[in-house]
Amino acid sequence: MATMTSAAKGTPTGSRKLVEMNWDPITRIVGSLGIFTKIDFDNRQVAECHSTSSIFRGYSIFMKGKDPRDAHFITSRICGICGDNHATCATYAQNMAFGVRPPAMAEWIVNLGEAAEYMFDHNIFQDNLVGVDFCEQMVKETNPGVLEKAEKKAAPGSNLHGYRTIADIMRALNPFTGSFYREALQMSRMTREMFCLMEGRHVHPSTLYPGGVGTVPTIQLFTDYLVRLMKYVEFMKKVVPLHDDLFDFFYEALPGYEEVGRRRVLLGCWGSFNDPAECDYTYKNMSKWGKKMYVTPGIVVDGKLVTTDLVDINLNIRILLGSSYYEGWENGEKFVKNDPLGNPVDQNHPWNQTTTPKPQKRDFAGKYTWVMSPRWLDKRTGDHLAIDTGGGPIARLWATALAGLVDIGYIKSTGSSVKMYLPKTTSLPEVEFEWKIPKWSNAIERDRARTYFQVYAASAALYFVEQALAELHAGRTKTWSEFTVPSEAIGCGFHEAVRGVLSHHVVIRDGKIANYHPYPPTPWNANPRDIYGTPGPYEDAVQNTPIFEENGPDKFKGIDIMRAVRSFDPCLPCGVHMYLGNGKTIETHHSPMFGMNA
Amino acid sequence: MTPEAVPYGRKTQRPSPVSDIHILWITAGLGCDGDSVSITAATQPSIEDVLLGAIPGLPKVHLHNPVLAYEVGDEFMKYWYEAEKGRLDPFVLVVEGSIPNEKIKKEGYWAGLGTDPKSGQPITTNEWISRLAPKALAVVACGTCATYGGIHAMQGNPTGAMGLADYLGWDWKSKAGLPIVNVPGCPVQPDNFMETLLYLLYQVAGLAPMIPLDDQLRPTWLFGSTVHDGCDRAGYYEQGDFAEVYGSPKCIVKLGCWGPVVNCNVPKRGWMAGIGGCPNVGGICIGCTMPGFPDKFMPFMDEPPGAKISAASITLYGKAIRSLRSFTNATVNKEPKWRHSRPELTTGYRPGAY
Repeated sequence: MATMTSAAKGTPTGSRKLVEMNWDPITRIVGSLGIFTKIDFDNRQVAECHSTSSIFRGYSIFMKGKDPRDAHFITSRICGICGDNHATCATYAQNMAFGVRPPAMAEWIVNLGEAAEYMFDHNIFQDNLVGVDFCEQMVKETNPGVLEKAEKKAAPGSNLHGYRTIADIMRALNPFTGSFYREALQMSRMTREMFCLMEGRHVHPSTLYPGGVGTVPTIQLFTDYLVRLMKYVEFMKKVVPLHDDLFDFFYEALPGYEEVGRRRVLLGCWGSFNDPAECDYTYKNMSKWGKKMYVTPGIVVDGKLVTTDLVDINLNIRILLGSSYYEGWENGEKFVKNDPLGNPVDQNHPWNQTTTPKPQKRDFAGKYTWVMSPRWLDKRTGDHLAIDTGGGPIARLWATALAGLVDIGYIKSTGSSVKMYLPKTTSLPEVEFEWKIPKWSNAIERDRARTYFQVYAASAALYFVEQALAELHAGRTKTWSEFTVPSEAIGCGFHEAVRGVLSHHVVIRDGKIANYHPYPPTPWNANPRDIYGTPGPYEDAVQNTPIFEENGPDKFKGIDIMRAVRSFDPCLPCGVHMYLGNGKTIETHHSPMFGMNA
Repeated sequence: MTPEAVPYGRKTQRPSPVSDIHILWITAGLGCDGDSVSITAATQPSIEDVLLGAIPGLPKVHLHNPVLAYEVGDEFMKYWYEAEKGRLDPFVLVVEGSIPNEKIKKEGYWAGLGTDPKSGQPITTNEWISRLAPKALAVVACGTCATYGGIHAMQGNPTGAMGLADYLGWDWKSKAGLPIVNVPGCPVQPDNFMETLLYLLYQVAGLAPMIPLDDQLRPTWLFGSTVHDGCDRAGYYEQGDFAEVYGSPKCIVKLGCWGPVVNCNVPKRGWMAGIGGCPNVGGICIGCTMPGFPDKFMPFMDEPPGAKISAASITLYGKAIRSLRSFTNATVNKEPKWRHSRPELTTGYRPGAY
């Protein structure tokens, strides 16, 4: 059955004058995304929205029959900004299928690599891509009144980050010419160096394998990482107050801004950073070791933690069609009837999915996308929940905060917040940051959580460096465990890609891949209306978003829509377009065309 | 270039004969945007070095890349339409991602960019390439997907994907007489790409001769040597001392490394700032810069057949090994035969419903 996905926003009824506007492609994201909207300018609100994808590559098809050891090398290529998350998740699934447990040192090296990925990726997206939506040039073009206020508004944290007014922060975010924009870009390189120390290459790693890593653990390796990490720690001590100042200002300058990109709290997190003392990669023990991850897996519905159990999470994943260019597989082969614990596995579960593409014309009243509609079945209500990842951090922090399980010296989950400790650095004293559960799942809070999760990743990395060095000092330098590929096996991996939930499901027969289905975060966020008519999270979050932009239809830039969509950190090598569904179209405009710049 | 006397201090500060140049960057092939992300890691030169005029003697560079662009939607696409009309001149076209075969099915699209205002359907990536390539000063394929097809052109793929040269023709020349410039790598090594782009900008400014390319259209100075030639573990190889397990600092050729027959400079250069790489840091070379990637290197974790012979005969230096390797090198320097632009799918996948 379908389920309500919107927070109540009081949709007006009756005849409305709707203006159709589209932006195709949406830039400053990874992948190609377009947005087609119908806007009610009289009531300053987005009326409707659909979501569709423009690219199909067919991983699940061409991986069939290939050697299962190749899966992580191949699936890394799914994504050009978090490919390593795929490679890592694939090795988790391989480890389960091959029955191999890597040495502890390998887990610390992977955790350090993945922590560096979060530090890099959130940083470049936040300050070089999303940040431009909040920069002076943009605000001047969309909300001159807001810029005027920003000029007069002293930044509360100016003693920490060095920018006197909010407008100074905005100027620092101007692309390429802004000082903070360039500092962040440079920092994104240093964190990628940290990544390369652990995983060889960014973005498709060279040193990951099933069974462990090829990285050679040395004093030099961890020292090179640590000195860079401490520079990032110092950087974050300025970045958190900078973003808090900027985001708080938007609530203050534009009352009601909390409604932009707001939707019902339906968040999923599949957990990140395995604890080598606990994680044996068996499905049988997955509930137990999943809860020991250093980012807690969990599903949050209306602010309540529904589960933290990876087996529960796994079994209730459903892949639905409805508006996508594929044939159904209800009569397809059932690869996995029961999981290793004996639980029945649904035909619409990724283990049993058969992908058969059916290219066709884009028809917004019918099939309009290459993205399928992943849902999570809430057994309590029978709802197929269109959960989102909120771009990753907000779901990770929310689930971890409520679960109250993480306590590693540098990070403590309190049941309602997450505390993170950063030690003294070259020029700044020790600091504690606390992320508190926000009132809304909206654009600003998704963006704010991103900054705080950068701190989380750095704090976790400080712990991982200590653990890795302890292994090294004890002489335990083995990084790889031998394995043989079984002729028949199944496996699954759960991880957090930078922008949210990531799972890989594999079925092995005759020593080859018989079925492989990866589910990255963007299909969860960017999907279309499913067979029940439930819209995907982007569609839902953009729909009914209020318009605060000062421009009318003639110069409309759609900045509030852009902020709503980009808050999800779209990563669209699985491409997305957004479009308005039914409803009467009065006028059609493209986004305004300006003359050529010199 | 005339050797006439230039006043002191005006040598490179003189205006470039071309004042402005645009870079139109299509990421809408079958790819992952990993090459665009990769170039943001470059420092030699960095993207901001090039855009903010930090390299002397170059024209002003305007970059239109969807990952970095300030503009959105039609404001962004206007450069594409202007280029098509010949009003954005000169420009360099950069293509990222494999080129799908749109001719193997009745309708729909594998990859598109922007919407056709008349039909309301996506404009295919292939259509854009056909419209823009004839107008471009140079066309650069960025990353292995665009150069040779790469991962998405793997055996059994449903889209009939291929490289740019398979699509435009291997002897295609730009209106300025340049062949397609291929910078392979999955993803492209950041500085390899930016350095190639810088070379082309020098060439445009009249400060460099024609870019030297090999028969696979790669810059010769970047891809003339093999991974093995530049690997700091080659000393172990020389002594016949091979790693038996991943994580060993020794030569990993028996664990699946194809370094001896792969044209790539990564172990020598590192991945970024001299850090990281592949076999030099414990990652087997899977041949990701090569026309034969990935099929001719799979399964990746098995010992390469050529390596077996050469590793065993390591005491017999010289011509024998080199000729064996050049045989394997020639094989992996060829794309598999199913990568083509004919209106048929020969990858082994049998679609029911196209």
